[in-house]
Amino acid sequence: MELVPATDQALPPGFLTARSGRATEEYFINMGPQHPSTHGVLRLVLRLDGETVVEVVPHLGYIHRGIEKQAEAQTYLQYLHLTDRMDYLSSHHNNHAVCLAIEKAMGIGVPERGEYIRIIVDELQRIQSHLVFFACFGADLGALTCILQGFKAREYITDLFDAVCGSRLTMNFFRPGGSVRDVPEDFTDRVRAVCGKVDAMLAEFDRLLTGNLITKERARGIGVLPRAEAIALGCTGPVLRGSGVDFDLRKKAPYGYYDRFEFSVPLGEAGDSWDRYLIRMEEMRQSLRILEQACRSFPGGPYRSKEKPAYRLPTGTWFGAVETPRGVFSTWIVAEKGEKPWRIHSRSPSLANLAALNPMCVGHKIADLITILATIDPVIPDMDR
Amino acid sequence: MDYIQTTNFIGDWVRGLGLPWGLDRAVNGILGALTIAGVVMAGATLLVWVERKVSALIQSRLGPMRVGPWGILQSVADILKLLVKEILVPNGADRLVYFLAPMLPLTAAFMVLAVIPFGPTLQVANPDLGVPYLIAMGGIGVLGILIGGWASNNKFSLLGSLRSGAQMVSYEISVAVILLFITLVSGTTDLRTLVLTQQGTVLDWWVFKVPGLGLAAFVLYLISSTAELNRAPFDIAEAEQEIAAGYHTEYSGMGFAMFFLAEYGNLIASAGVAATCFLGGFLPPAIGVPAVDRALFAVPGLVWFALKVAALILGYMWFRWTFPRPRVDQLMALEWKFLLPVNLGLLSLGALFTAMGWVLP
Repeated sequence: MELVPATDQALPPGFLTARSGRATEEYFINMGPQHPSTHGVLRLVLRLDGETVVEVVPHLGYIHRGIEKQAEAQTYLQYLHLTDRMDYLSSHHNNHAVCLAIEKAMGIGVPERGEYIRIIVDELQRIQSHLVFFACFGADLGALTCILQGFKAREYITDLFDAVCGSRLTMNFFRPGGSVRDVPEDFTDRVRAVCGKVDAMLAEFDRLLTGNLITKERARGIGVLPRAEAIALGCTGPVLRGSGVDFDLRKKAPYGYYDRFEFSVPLGEAGDSWDRYLIRMEEMRQSLRILEQACRSFPGGPYRSKEKPAYRLPTGTWFGAVETPRGVFSTWIVAEKGEKPWRIHSRSPSLANLAALNPMCVGHKIADLITILATIDPVIPDMDR
Repeated sequence: MDYIQTTNFIGDWVRGLGLPWGLDRAVNGILGALTIAGVVMAGATLLVWVERKVSALIQSRLGPMRVGPWGILQSVADILKLLVKEILVPNGADRLVYFLAPMLPLTAAFMVLAVIPFGPTLQVANPDLGVPYLIAMGGIGVLGILIGGWASNNKFSLLGSLRSGAQMVSYEISVAVILLFITLVSGTTDLRTLVLTQQGTVLDWWVFKVPGLGLAAFVLYLISSTAELNRAPFDIAEAEQEIAAGYHTEYSGMGFAMFFLAEYGNLIASAGVAATCFLGGFLPPAIGVPAVDRALFAVPGLVWFALKVAALILGYMWFRWTFPRPRVDQLMALEWKFLLPVNLGLLSLGALFTAMGWVLP
C-alpha cells in the first residue's frame, strides 16, 4: 500500500476525526494540566469550532508515580498503603480490593465484626466521595456555595475516620483478615449521629442544587452515553448505571456481607449528566440505609482473624474486586515465591470512565465539557497511578 | 415636605465666592469628579470586603479575619499589593489597546454615577436627557471588556470577550427598554425630576405606583442588569470553571485591579439606577402617618439612598452565591426569546396604563 502524506491540516497527536467540511476555522485549546475544572492535573486538548467541541484528547502522565512498579519491590503489606494514593477519595475501597485478593490466595477468613466494620467504613467512604462529587459538580456549574457545603458535610465523615484509623485521607486501615485495629467503643452511635447530619445536609442540597431550574437545564440531555457504548468502553459505576446498565458488584458478585443488607441500585434512563448526578445523590441515601442496618446488628467479637508474621502468597494469579464510588476497582496479583509480588496490576475505574469523555462531549459547548467531566467524577492519581 | 425648593448648596457656595475667569465652573467640575472617584474607589473597596463576608456567611465560613477588625482592611491590603505588582504584557499583545481596556469599565461607572442624585442637593450633573445618557454610558464598559480580551492574544481571553460582547450588548437592550418604560410612565428623562415624581408615600414609588407593571419591571431590571454587569450567575465572560478568567486572564497587577474595581463600581452604579428609577432615590419610605413621616424626613436623603443601594447590592450578592451559571447559548436564549419580548410587552402595557390613567393616585 502506498503511503499518502496528510494533505489535511496537521493535527496534534491523538486527534483522529477528519476535518469537518464546514467553512469555519477550527482551533485548538490546551485545557490543563493547570485549570480550575480539570480536577487535578488532567490535560485536555480541545479541538473547537467556535464554542462547540469537535474532539477532546486527554493527556495523562502528570502525576504518574509508578505505583505498580514500586509494588514489585515491596511486601504485600507495604504495598497496601500505596493503594491509598491511587484513588484518594476511596482509599478504603482500594485497600479492601487488595485484601480480598490476599485473603483469597491464602485462605484467610474475616470475623463477623471485621466484615461489619469493612461495610460500614466502605459505605461511609462512598458517601464521603459522592459528597465531594456534589461539591465539585456544583462548583463546576458555577454554584460555588456547593463546594463549601459539600465539604462541610464530608467533614463529619472525615472526623469519624480520624477517630477510627487516625487518618483523614490516606486511611491504610484494612488488613488481610480484618482491619488494623478495632473501632472505638461508641462507634455505632457516632455513625448514627453522622448519618443523621448527612441526611439533613442531603435534603438541603436538594433544595440548593437539585431543584434548581438552571442545574436541570445545564445537565439534562448533556453528554448522553448510550448503553451499548458505555459497556463497550468498559465504564463502571454511576457512569455505567446512568446509561441504564444494572451492574453493581455489591449485587452482582457480593463480597463481604453485602448480600445480608437491603439496598437498591439506582439506574438512569437517558444516560445524560442529569441521570449520573441523580444516581450519585440516590446512592448516598442507599448507603445511609445500609449503615442504618449495619449499626442495628453490629456484632461483638474479634475484629481480625489471627495475624500472620509474613504474608507469602502461593504461586499463581489472584484477583480481588470491589465497587468503589467511581466503579469497579480490581487488583490482579501475579505471585511467585516470597513476600513480594512478581507483578501487580490495578484496574482503576477513573481511567476507563475517562474514555467516555470524547464520545460524550462531541457537539456540545465548552461549558458542557466541564459538566460532563464533573459527572465522570474523575480522580487523576487513579488514572495515572 | 417638598424638595423642589432646595438648591445645590456646594455648587452655589463655590459660585458665590466670586472667582474670576469662570474658575468657579472649573472648581465645581473638579470637586464633582473627586467626589465620584472617592465614592467609587471607597465603595468598591468596601464592597469587595462585603462580598467576601456575605459569601462567607452563605457558605458557613468566616471570610477575611486577619487584617484589621473582622478583616475590614483586607481589601485595602489587597489593592496595595496589586499596586506594587508587576504588570505583565503577553507576547503579541496590542499594547495600546491592552492598557486602554481596563480603564473603560471604570470610566463607565464614574460617568453613570455622575448623574445619579445621591441626595436632594447632591448630584454632580443633571442633564435633561439623563436616562438616554445612562443607556449610552453602559456601552463603554462593554467596549473595555471586548478590546481587553482581544488585545491579550490569548484564546481563553478571546472566548471570554466574545462571550461578553454577545451577552452585554444583548442585555443592554433589555435594560434600555426597562429604562424607557420608566421614562414613559414618569414622563421625564431628567433623573432628579424622576425621583421627585415619586414623592408621597412608599406607594408612590414607581415599583408600586403602576400596579403590577412596576414590580415586574423592577424584577426584570434586576435580572437584566445582573447580566449586563457580568456578575454570577450570568458571568459567562469570566466563567472561571470554563475559560480560566475569561477576558482578564492575562491581566496582572493594576490592570486586573481596574477590572475588578470596575465590577464593583458598576454594581454601585447599577444599584443606584435601580434605586433612583424604582425605589424613590433619596426619598424616605414615608407611610402617610404624619408623625412617623416627620421622623423619616429628618434623616438626610443621602442616608436613604445609601440604604436602598446597599439593600439592592446585598440582593445581587445573594443570588450570585446561590445560583449555578447558565450556558452561553441558554443565556442568549433567555434574553432574545424571553426577556426582550416580555420587556417590549411591558413597554406597550406601560403606554396603555399611562394613557388610561391606571396609576395609583
